[in-house]
Amino acid sequence: MEATSSVPTKRNAFNAWLSKQWMPYRQVSLLGWLLGSLVAVLLETFIGTSLAWALGMSDVPALFGFVVMLKQPELLPSIILYLLLIYFIPIAIVVRLTKSIANKIAGLLFRYPLWITALFHIVLLYAVIDVWAVMNDYRVLLAKLMMIAIITTLSLNVVNGYMGEFSCSHPGFLAVGAYTASIIMVLFFVNDKVMGPALLPPALGPFFFPIVLILGGVVAAFSALIVAIPSFHTRGDYLAIISLAFMFIIKSLIENLQVFGGARGFMGQPNLASLPVVFVWTIIAIWTINNFVRSTLGKAMNAVRDDETAADAMTVNTRNTKMTAFLFAAFWAGIAGGLFAHVMRYVNPGSFGIKKLAEVLAMVYFGGLNSVVGSIVGAIGFNFLSEMLRPLEILKWVIIPVLLILVMIFRPTGLIAFKDFDPEELLRPKNQTEEEV
Amino acid sequence: MPLLQVEHMTHFFGGLRAVHDYNLSIEQGQIRGLIGPNGAGKSTIFNLITGVYRPSEGKVTFRGESIVGLPSHEIAALGMGRTFQNLRLWRHMSVLDHVKMSQYSQIDYGLIGAFFGTKRRNQQEKENTEKALQLLDLVGIRHLADSMVTNLPYGVQRRVEMARALAINPKLLLLDEPTAGMNPDELMDLMQVIRQVHNTFGLSIFLIEHRMKFVMELCERIQTLVFGEVIAEGTPKEIQNNPKVIEAYLGKEVET
Repeated sequence: MEATSSVPTKRNAFNAWLSKQWMPYRQVSLLGWLLGSLVAVLLETFIGTSLAWALGMSDVPALFGFVVMLKQPELLPSIILYLLLIYFIPIAIVVRLTKSIANKIAGLLFRYPLWITALFHIVLLYAVIDVWAVMNDYRVLLAKLMMIAIITTLSLNVVNGYMGEFSCSHPGFLAVGAYTASIIMVLFFVNDKVMGPALLPPALGPFFFPIVLILGGVVAAFSALIVAIPSFHTRGDYLAIISLAFMFIIKSLIENLQVFGGARGFMGQPNLASLPVVFVWTIIAIWTINNFVRSTLGKAMNAVRDDETAADAMTVNTRNTKMTAFLFAAFWAGIAGGLFAHVMRYVNPGSFGIKKLAEVLAMVYFGGLNSVVGSIVGAIGFNFLSEMLRPLEILKWVIIPVLLILVMIFRPTGLIAFKDFDPEELLRPKNQTEEEV
Repeated sequence: MPLLQVEHMTHFFGGLRAVHDYNLSIEQGQIRGLIGPNGAGKSTIFNLITGVYRPSEGKVTFRGESIVGLPSHEIAALGMGRTFQNLRLWRHMSVLDHVKMSQYSQIDYGLIGAFFGTKRRNQQEKENTEKALQLLDLVGIRHLADSMVTNLPYGVQRRVEMARALAINPKLLLLDEPTAGMNPDELMDLMQVIRQVHNTFGLSIFLIEHRMKFVMELCERIQTLVFGEVIAEGTPKEIQNNPKVIEAYLGKEVET
């Protein structure tokens, strides 16, 4: 260590230069970054299309160029130029210009209760996402699916990461939530050919939608009891096996229930899962899950994972802890399933199979065990990767597992593992901390 | 009424008789010791008392209540703290979280509080943190509250375990070879800590130990266990001079 750092190599010089360039951005609060992003997405709304044409592209790069990167690699230089002109440079300028004022505002907000600051940031974040997404339908759909992926990944991380058990039943819970919510919504609020006329005025649908989603989550949590009761008597591989069986049982159950369309699937869900609705659910999921894992009741999961005997001897009710965590995870998976069904407005049992399981597990282990931020990064990162590799078709399912194996070799617990997510730390103005140091 | 009373406790592992007709009675505030060669069944007795195993026969009464068959965490919540022979700390948790975790049974904000971060939850978590920090102060490692336990030296880890056991408000503290792997300096420190918690909380302490010096100095009465049976019981002095104990530890003199 000593020897290498004392000899100035080219690489060290570059690193030093890089960190010097990055220095001023360390003092940028989250508020500053959000303001910068807002300016960037607004800029794209107004001049994005014309700039894209000028650079020889047919349309704005839908996903920061990820989608066309492999399809038309010859466009790569124009994409990079586009990203620089629309995103990087404007964000860098705005962030530096507004640095002090953003920190002042953040400091002012910070004097009020935390939830006010949080709400302010969340609204701003939503504005950024909304302005970015409305550019085209593909972005809207992708944003919704990514948020649903975040909920799913987080809920699985509770079991596989925080509790250290290996559960494979998440597609099953997604399916239970999806079908429960779909059936209730179609039965009560839609004039459907198969299910008959609506039992309640369809206009009431939007108001009952949250309740129906929660109901879907509760049903999923109840179905989780089937897995939890036999497998939590002991520790070990039982949960993995039982939960895998559960997933297949649910899938074949739905395939054989002709009332609900069987293998053909079930459609006709009302168009209620708009971008803001999915966004709000995602925020609630992140909030409650983060609250849970940071409380002593939630940290009991870690104690059970790391040493169950010791946890037991320190008054922790290990069985209750495991049950609660598992049902809580299933509940959120159920909600994610209900949202998914209403985003796609069609569900079929095929989408809740082994492929879905591989996807969710990949997101959890890629992002990082025992970490809320890790799960968010994992879900978003995996979706980006998946979109980017889409042109490779079947090869995509070779490359993704290989990448996963590489992650497992070099970072066995994932990219951002075992990190506490403290919203207060995230929202705090950054100038004071710098001065104190 | 004794704090802890064990009567005629016997335990079998399959066909192996690990503990035979074991009796013990600890009064409030006493420090008692249990010694014996390796494999004598000392740790098994701890595990039987704390509910890790259920004794095949016999009665165990703690604070006037029969605790045979109760799950471990309920027995612990009644006020029985313990440490382990081979440090069972939670790898991925900070020192502070260890001590907070032992207050699990005292938490009453419920799941609603845990999910939605209610005022009550924040209040209680804050109080628990306070209490945990005080205990860390007592064992002298408050400055390490935020470190991960795996990064700490062995002696400090022992202290974490002690603080963790104290956080459940124990009436009785079971220490399973607390000095294992310690150097003489650490040993003296630990003796200090044990004396201190004994005086501060008026605890009863029951400890398993190999180091004679340590046991002789701390304990009022000592039992010697060999092959699951108590062969001698008495004050340190009596035990030290008991020919049976000497035989068990040093072997029999060859008759000439």
